[in-house]
Amino acid sequence: MIESVSGTGPRLVLRGIVKRYPTIVANDGIDLTVGVGEIHAVLGENGAGKSTLMKIVYGLTRPDEGSIEWEGRPVAISSPAAARQLGIGMVFQHFSLFETLTVTENISLALDAEIEPAALASCIRDVSRRYGLPVEPHRLVHGMSVGERQRVEIVRCLLQSPRLLIMDEPTSVLTPQSVLKLFETLRRLAGEGVSILYISHKLDEIRALCDVATVLRGGKVSGTVQPRSETKDSLARLMVGSEIEPCQLRPRQPGPVRLELTGLSMASEDPFGTSLQAIDLRVREGEIVGIAGVSGNGQAELLAALSGELQVADRGQIRICGQAAGNLGPAQRRELGLTFVPEERLGRGAVPAMSLAHNAVLTGAHFGMVRGGLVRNGAAREFARATIAEFQVRGGDERSAAENLSGGNLQKFIVGRETKLAPKVMLVAQPTWGVDVGAAQMIRQALLDLRDRGVALLVVSEELDELFMICDRIAVLARGRLSPPVSTAELTLESVGALMSGGANDAPADDASPGPGGREAKARLDV
Amino acid sequence: MTTASAYMSVEQMIPILVSTLVAATPLIYAALGELVVERSGVLNLGVEGMMLIGALAAFAVGVSSGTLLLGYLAAMAAAALLSLVFAFLTLTLQANQVATGLALTLFGIGLSAFVGRHFAGLPIHAMRPLVIPWLSELPGVGALFRLDLLVYGSIVLYLAVDWFLRRTRAGLLLRAVGESPTVAHSLGHPVIRIRYLAVMFGGATSGIAGAYLSTALTPMWVEGMSAGRGWIALALVVFATWKPLRVLLGAYLFGAVTVLQLYAQGFGLNVPSEMLSMLPYAATIVVLVIICRDPTTIRLNQPASLGKSFHPDA
Amino acid sequence: MSEWPLRLEKRPRPSALMRIAAPSIAVAAMLVTGFIAFALLGKNPLSALYIYFVAPVDSLYGIGELLLKATPLLLCALGLALGFTANVWNIGAEGQFTLGAITGGGVALFWGPALGPFALPAALLAGALGGMAWAAIPALLRTRFHTSEILVSLMLVYISQLLLAWLVRSPWRDPLGFNFPQSKVFDDNLSLPVLFAGARANIAFPIALCLAALSWFFSARTFAGYRMRVAGLAPAAAAYAGFGEKRNIWLALTLSGAMAGLAGICEVTGPIGRLQPSISPGYGFAAIIVAFVGRLHPAGIVLSSLLMSLLYLGGESVQLELQLPAAVTGLFQGTLLFYLLAADLFVGYRLRRRHRDSLAEADPSGTETVRPPA
Repeated sequence: MIESVSGTGPRLVLRGIVKRYPTIVANDGIDLTVGVGEIHAVLGENGAGKSTLMKIVYGLTRPDEGSIEWEGRPVAISSPAAARQLGIGMVFQHFSLFETLTVTENISLALDAEIEPAALASCIRDVSRRYGLPVEPHRLVHGMSVGERQRVEIVRCLLQSPRLLIMDEPTSVLTPQSVLKLFETLRRLAGEGVSILYISHKLDEIRALCDVATVLRGGKVSGTVQPRSETKDSLARLMVGSEIEPCQLRPRQPGPVRLELTGLSMASEDPFGTSLQAIDLRVREGEIVGIAGVSGNGQAELLAALSGELQVADRGQIRICGQAAGNLGPAQRRELGLTFVPEERLGRGAVPAMSLAHNAVLTGAHFGMVRGGLVRNGAAREFARATIAEFQVRGGDERSAAENLSGGNLQKFIVGRETKLAPKVMLVAQPTWGVDVGAAQMIRQALLDLRDRGVALLVVSEELDELFMICDRIAVLARGRLSPPVSTAELTLESVGALMSGGANDAPADDASPGPGGREAKARLDV
Repeated sequence: MTTASAYMSVEQMIPILVSTLVAATPLIYAALGELVVERSGVLNLGVEGMMLIGALAAFAVGVSSGTLLLGYLAAMAAAALLSLVFAFLTLTLQANQVATGLALTLFGIGLSAFVGRHFAGLPIHAMRPLVIPWLSELPGVGALFRLDLLVYGSIVLYLAVDWFLRRTRAGLLLRAVGESPTVAHSLGHPVIRIRYLAVMFGGATSGIAGAYLSTALTPMWVEGMSAGRGWIALALVVFATWKPLRVLLGAYLFGAVTVLQLYAQGFGLNVPSEMLSMLPYAATIVVLVIICRDPTTIRLNQPASLGKSFHPDA
Repeated sequence: MSEWPLRLEKRPRPSALMRIAAPSIAVAAMLVTGFIAFALLGKNPLSALYIYFVAPVDSLYGIGELLLKATPLLLCALGLALGFTANVWNIGAEGQFTLGAITGGGVALFWGPALGPFALPAALLAGALGGMAWAAIPALLRTRFHTSEILVSLMLVYISQLLLAWLVRSPWRDPLGFNFPQSKVFDDNLSLPVLFAGARANIAFPIALCLAALSWFFSARTFAGYRMRVAGLAPAAAAYAGFGEKRNIWLALTLSGAMAGLAGICEVTGPIGRLQPSISPGYGFAAIIVAFVGRLHPAGIVLSSLLMSLLYLGGESVQLELQLPAAVTGLFQGTLLFYLLAADLFVGYRLRRRHRDSLAEADPSGTETVRPPA
């Protein structure tokens, strides 16, 4: 593919790009060259500077130093409009679509010229047919699945006939089947001479798809390699800089049921939400049950129903340690032995402007930090100090505001806090989302330790690799329905993917072709 | 109205209808402007203050120059300038929108009272009605075609706002910014500039609303003469679930309540006048309760980013 | 802004110093504005500022007036601040103030003689309960029907004022009052004892100070106060922790309503001595400014209520001495709040000189936040 269109100069050359923020140098002298028709991976762990670099290329932010060359001539990309003018398109990780508008309206807002809606709709149909990206122009975005949304984003870019397409973590929200479909489209585009910058931290994908990979670490380039001739381990070393010890899931006989859901049903109050339908699940002492699935399939609703932020009418539908708890609030459920690590750390799991000591009081009220209606500041400080020490929280002490900690350290504090509240049942949502590798490793180990101490854990995560690493059993939540949990050893990425797309995603059944996945599923990602 | 109509002849109905249209007019201007502001995601609680400034500016310039047109231009300019202060504080300096809007109202009340002291008690030539030939000579309903320009203008403004929001790309962009400034920014749209323009539009229409009070509805300047109409306009936007047509209908409903309160004593109702004066305020509370009772209605219609600060460099 | 030689840069962490300094900066900016405004009005600005800010308090009587006018502001603002910290926007303190005057005044008029020495405490209690009941309406509508407490509490201001106007015009009018719309003067056992001879300030001020201390204890030390702070700073965290939103709304509104009602009854049993159509020059609204300028902190509110009281006195003073309208007070109040909101920018941001070689401009990923009040 590359050979067929090479011969001309490179499409994009970045030289010595530097971008500083008040507290961090996000990009520190980055060089990058993308050829015509090349699929070029930008690989790095969270916080390595990938997103900042892409925002620079797309004109959303400007570098402090360095130069950009586009098809042989130096350019300053001052805005996304300027980037689009050059022929650069971007598909964002968190889609940049307006929920309450139609597909056509959404696309028209990204075009620099005004086009008659009817004419635009037919253009959209044309492009979607040509690239096999089914999209219905008149539909509202809010009813769409994640896969459909991504197709809208890609079609939106393609309408402007881009010569460089930036894909920011495009597969983090897709089922394995949709990923294969996406790869097909991308290869086809590359074949037509479109260059693609593919941002990811998933090593298997990069090895399957990309021609060249630039690896970033701490804002610097740590290597430029051909991923097909690298092993996963060698890529991981470039990305992390050291060896990562894999987690150990020791076999263990689970005990009695601690968390029991029987026919849990809940109509969503949010018009854009998902209703839960007759969910059955049992989590036993000393096991981790994982819930896989693409966000927006009822994850938020299920977690809210379990934590007590939403209550169910039939209290028997949720039992915590044998007690009917469906009608109890979060604080009462905590007294039954339930703790919860939410997905949003800042603003939900912790109050950004409050000190860690005061953030301990958030869920630790019944744990000696409140007595006689008064907050016991001494006890709160003591608790926070112990948590910080035990869970190696860095970058602050018990007086530091939560907002001043990095994502990984704050997550360690929250996991630590919920762990130290002596849970019998623990809910964890997206445990390592946006967390650096070291912290992720430590958090997973902490969850496994809890399991080994006899806690019943329920982990909701979009990262299948992570679930395969730490879970005894995995169930899939799709369109508000939960599949029966299956022992992890009996599962492959494909079988989970099939469950995910069964209801939720829209990849048709014929899409579930046996890809390179069988091998990957057993390989169990180490990073 | 329908039950009352059984006891009224057409001749009695028409004046009530006319008064209703007139009483609704300032509410329409203020509420349509605020609707545009809120659709862009900004909550400006300063409508009452801007109306008072507009009322005073129109009166002062109208009296001094003898030309009401100049008065109206001054009202729009003055209120838009005040809204610019709000925009600068909330959009550029990221101040809390609720607090800044309250400050705007308090400031507008203070400033208009301070500057307006020279104008209290002065006479002004009220706006002359626009007599539409032939139609205005019809018996009975003819009175509907002898209203002042601003009454017809309020309907034109409704049509314009509705067309802008639904049919134009700029209107689409405004709605998009109100739903998600983050996404609009990531596509390269000037979120802050769009919001500035929306806020100033709302300021200008509040100015017209105020001007109408002091030059047409009750042609004189009295301290605090808007008497909560700015707040009622804010409530109307919620009542209308952010839809222009419902603003229009809501304003007529309020106009009718205001007018009925004046006519009630004429019908021989023996209710203290203070109790009747409470009606518009009580009605505001009642309609808010009716609309907000179902949170889904609000969630489906309220601009998603309403009242939240947005900073492009975070 | 991109053309300015200076640019705004987000501080790595909010500046605690600026949080405290911002009100002083705002007061200084207000004085400068006053200086310019007086000059433009053709007055000697220095002597005008003296007449405004110093002359009113250069006597014992003046100090008494300062405390007298600070009292209702302090009481209302303490309650409002409790709500504002929890994101509950009661802006109808003026209405709760009026209702407090009505219910307390009703007790005073009809049971005053019968209750003897208990009449005053009974009236104060009735006033606080009246304000509380009035604030319970927006609380009920917000918790039951999701209705904005901002609009409801404000509408109730107009309703309460009309109610008072009707009462003193008709059923409660003093029959011997030459048809003036006012009640008869309260009996002697119903007037608040003055603090010191030669001034009008009464024991309501020390009561308000005690309540300030109590309210500090409430927000800083109690779990209920902690829950309200969490609700204001991070509503989702409050839901996660299980701090019921409804409880906070009820607490914030009833407490602030009771304080405003107490302020109302103290005003009519203090300096006014009877019920009449107009009992407040907008204390309930000015208290919003007092709460913000005081950083929603009881100690700050004590200071800012004295400042705001001085603004009222100064307005009266320039009216007498310089023939300027008393409305200048409202102007100063509004300006002060504007400057404060602007000065607050520097809590989170700082000015930096723009690097000549820097390309930096609008930065990446826009983010949306709900900022806690001030």
